[in-house]
Amino acid sequence: MPIAIDMPKMTDTMEEGVLREWSVEEGDKITAGDVIAQVETDKAVMDVEAYDDGVLLKKIAKAGEPIPIGGLIAILGDAGEDVSEMLASYESNGTATKLVTGSPAESVEATPVIEKETASPSPSSPSNGRIKASPLAKRMAVDHGLELANLVGSGPGGRIIKRDVQAEIVRIPASGGTPSVPEPVDRTVESVRISQMRKVIARRLSESKFTSPHFYLSVDVDVASLVAQRKAVNIYLEKTGGPKVSFNDFVTKACASALVLHPDVNVTYAAQDGIIQRYNYVDIGIAVAIDDGLVTPVIRDAHVKSVVAIAEEIQSLATRARDKQLSPAEMEGSTFTTSNLGMYGIESFTAIINPPNACILAIGAIRDTPVVENFTVVAGKRMKLTLSSDHRAVDGAVGARFMATVKELLENPASLLL
Amino acid sequence: MAELQLREAIRAAMVEEMDRDEDVFLMGEEVAEYNGAYKVSEGMRDRYGDRRVIDTPISENGFAGLGLGAAMDGLRPIIEFMTWNFAFVAMDQIINNAAKIRYMSGGQFSFPIVFRGPNGAAGQLAATHNTSVEALYSCFPGLKVISISNPDDAKGLLKSAIRDDDPVVFLESEFMYGMRGEVSDAEDYIIPIGKARVAREGDAVTIIGHNKSYWRALEAADMLKADGYAAEVIDPRTIRPLDWETVLASVRKTNRCVIVDESNPFASVSSEIAFQIQARAFDDLDAPLKRVTAKDTPAPYAKNLIEYYLPSAEDVYRACREVMYLD
Repeated sequence: MPIAIDMPKMTDTMEEGVLREWSVEEGDKITAGDVIAQVETDKAVMDVEAYDDGVLLKKIAKAGEPIPIGGLIAILGDAGEDVSEMLASYESNGTATKLVTGSPAESVEATPVIEKETASPSPSSPSNGRIKASPLAKRMAVDHGLELANLVGSGPGGRIIKRDVQAEIVRIPASGGTPSVPEPVDRTVESVRISQMRKVIARRLSESKFTSPHFYLSVDVDVASLVAQRKAVNIYLEKTGGPKVSFNDFVTKACASALVLHPDVNVTYAAQDGIIQRYNYVDIGIAVAIDDGLVTPVIRDAHVKSVVAIAEEIQSLATRARDKQLSPAEMEGSTFTTSNLGMYGIESFTAIINPPNACILAIGAIRDTPVVENFTVVAGKRMKLTLSSDHRAVDGAVGARFMATVKELLENPASLLL
Repeated sequence: MAELQLREAIRAAMVEEMDRDEDVFLMGEEVAEYNGAYKVSEGMRDRYGDRRVIDTPISENGFAGLGLGAAMDGLRPIIEFMTWNFAFVAMDQIINNAAKIRYMSGGQFSFPIVFRGPNGAAGQLAATHNTSVEALYSCFPGLKVISISNPDDAKGLLKSAIRDDDPVVFLESEFMYGMRGEVSDAEDYIIPIGKARVAREGDAVTIIGHNKSYWRALEAADMLKADGYAAEVIDPRTIRPLDWETVLASVRKTNRCVIVDESNPFASVSSEIAFQIQARAFDDLDAPLKRVTAKDTPAPYAKNLIEYYLPSAEDVYRACREVMYLD
């Protein structure tokens, strides 16, 4: 390795020296103690001696040139040694004559005591699956219920540190607590003429809700047996080429049977005539949602039809309803109505009575739910039914008795197949 | 508040204690006729006479042992070492006798003795005159070790050390004897052993430094302040027993720590502080601890090398920025 010969401090007040004369030539063999040059200081012309043995590789200072203390004047080393690196290290400092190597400020990087970690902020995606985080960051993440895997570490090697967790803590309530309202763009109001059907719906249901005092009775029906029964029936029907029977068909049939037993529910309150009409037949309206409204096709004499017949008829009516093929006659004259929103996951709801009926049954979804049987919680299947009744014609006890029968029939579904 | 040099503050402590208790005496090389190698004991021989301010031959093992015998017999010696480098020849007295005999005698003998003198680097004095000994003495139970950074602490703690019934190693600094600083005028000014001083409060990083290293810590804190960060600077003052409560409270606040210690790094005071912090405040750390120490070599002679060898404020500043994840 080449050895630098620097301008020595030869007197107490010396700041620079002027090289007067070289005593040796490049390529000369030098022994420690040899005079290599003469330097003029502020006090006198003095000899510069070499402190090491070697070959003078390069003279740097020129005769007559002032050089500050520590400035490079020559390079010593083994014959043929490359001095470019040493020259570069002096030159890269801006002044060819300024000592660079070995000065404390510049050499801190090489300090063995201050172990320098290279900080390269990078996502904390750990190459070996382990997430690097400072102990404090880990504790803070636990305290705030944050997943370290969701954080990006800004520390060395992607280490997650305090400020990363803090940033996440600040971010989360900002987005979670107050949902940002999207900038309203192109706010317009579209005007659509009210359809004839909607006018009818509006008029009839307003009239119903505003004139008939509704009250509501709900029961929770155990449908475990019904579920099994329906499955068995459908397996049979599939083999024999019959229609599929729905829960709604069973409920319709149960209502029809119950209405026969409770004729006081199967009525019309005809205020203008001063009478209550009681029917000895059961025509059940089935609410069917269609594109821009709803219609209620009617199953005539449902009390004398089998579940399968009802199923067949409802399917046909519903299809024709959606195709708008129903005649007005097919939607008139019901004595009772059912409405089913169970297929939308609605657990229970209250329906508006369909005039001139006195009652409407709202059918909820079948749901799996824990139930208590013999002091034990077991898995059960339940369906909520809610009866809306016109109190002018039907009293609470009447409606309740009717609902009890419906519940009983559905919980013993074999009776519906008779 | 009087402004005193460090040497004057040390002298004031000795004078006050010698006035107060005639069992206290000073013994060492050049302490009497020459008025002290660093003029710490200037005027004390004139004040107390040869009986209480005693010059010794160059025989550290001898006069350290002499001091221990006197302490065993009820006196309260202050033994001055011209530097702690010279006390290596007296280590049998300090370590095997001073530190252990109270324990081995079941408390029958105690040593109310203070060993004091300059410690650590003192410029171009080469390897044998630039040793930091605090880690060495701190590792022996039975010794108390104090290392002071300013005149006020020097006075208050030396008075405590002289009154203490156990042997105390009291570490000064050749570089700092001429340093001036305010010293409390309080009558009988005592600073208890084992209490650190929070010299500057901050929340960005804890910097711990004793003796000269305290000043490097403070300079680094100034550099960080210019960057907009408030560093907390702690001078432990007593190395053993160390005031862990103050250190840990600070680290729990800042979550990071740099220890400045001009000793060689292996098994140094900084090693122990770092160990205790990681063991007792692990969950509060946001970055690995860093320390800035002397290089792991004997102290060099050359001016540029001894400067490079010792911790600089720049080194401390860089270490702080690193544990703060700024660089």
